Amino acid sequence: MTEKKLAIIATKGTLDWAYPPFILASTAAALGYETEIFFTFYGLQLLKKNLNLQVSSLGNPGMPMPMPVPVLLQALPGMQSMMTMMMKQKMKSKGVASLEELRELCVEAEVKLVACQMTVDLFEMDTKEFIDGVEYGGAATFFEFAGESDICLYI
Amino acid sequence: MADFDRELDASGLNCPLPILRAKKTLADMDAGQVLHIIATDPGSVKDFEAFAKQTGNELMSSGEEGGKFTFMMKKA
Repeated sequence: MTEKKLAIIATKGTLDWAYPPFILASTAAALGYETEIFFTFYGLQLLKKNLNLQVSSLGNPGMPMPMPVPVLLQALPGMQSMMTMMMKQKMKSKGVASLEELRELCVEAEVKLVACQMTVDLFEMDTKEFIDGVEYGGAATFFEFAGESDICLYI
Repeated sequence: MADFDRELDASGLNCPLPILRAKKTLADMDAGQVLHIIATDPGSVKDFEAFAKQTGNELMSSGEEGGKFTFMMKKA
């Protein structure tokens, strides 16, 4: 059985959108896929040792709320951290893995993590803050793997 | 009741953890050995079928007992 390949581009840096890349990559690896995630723009936040990702209901009318909150009130200071805290509690109570755990499972399963060099430079990110084992590359590096992939996702 | 070699209790865990834990446990087992898995995630029923189909490990049986889902999986 030749190994299938999954290529993912992770572009988002919020608590909620950090899940799909790590869930899919860790599961694909468990199913025997060779997997690579290319982190670009805000997705680079997912590589930090110390994950401090937040979730916001602003601009996201699809987010389920325990009670309706007018948009202007959602913009008040402290609301974002409250939303984040509530989301984390909800996830914990439902047995959803933490991002740290899912990321660790990806690393253990040898999912290749590639950071976009251009956006690292653009945002002047300190790569010492990233977890070990991250590789750096550009668009051509991504296509080298993605061009051979069976599934390619942009998240 | 069929016999098994290892047991994995994935109760309370949600997708994709039951699959990932099962994969990890199977990795430590020998071919032909049987893993008994307990899960509470209703999605795990379809997921273990899909996992078996794609990895070649045999899903010998799956069932439900008192709100818990149980699976017998033989390592390929």
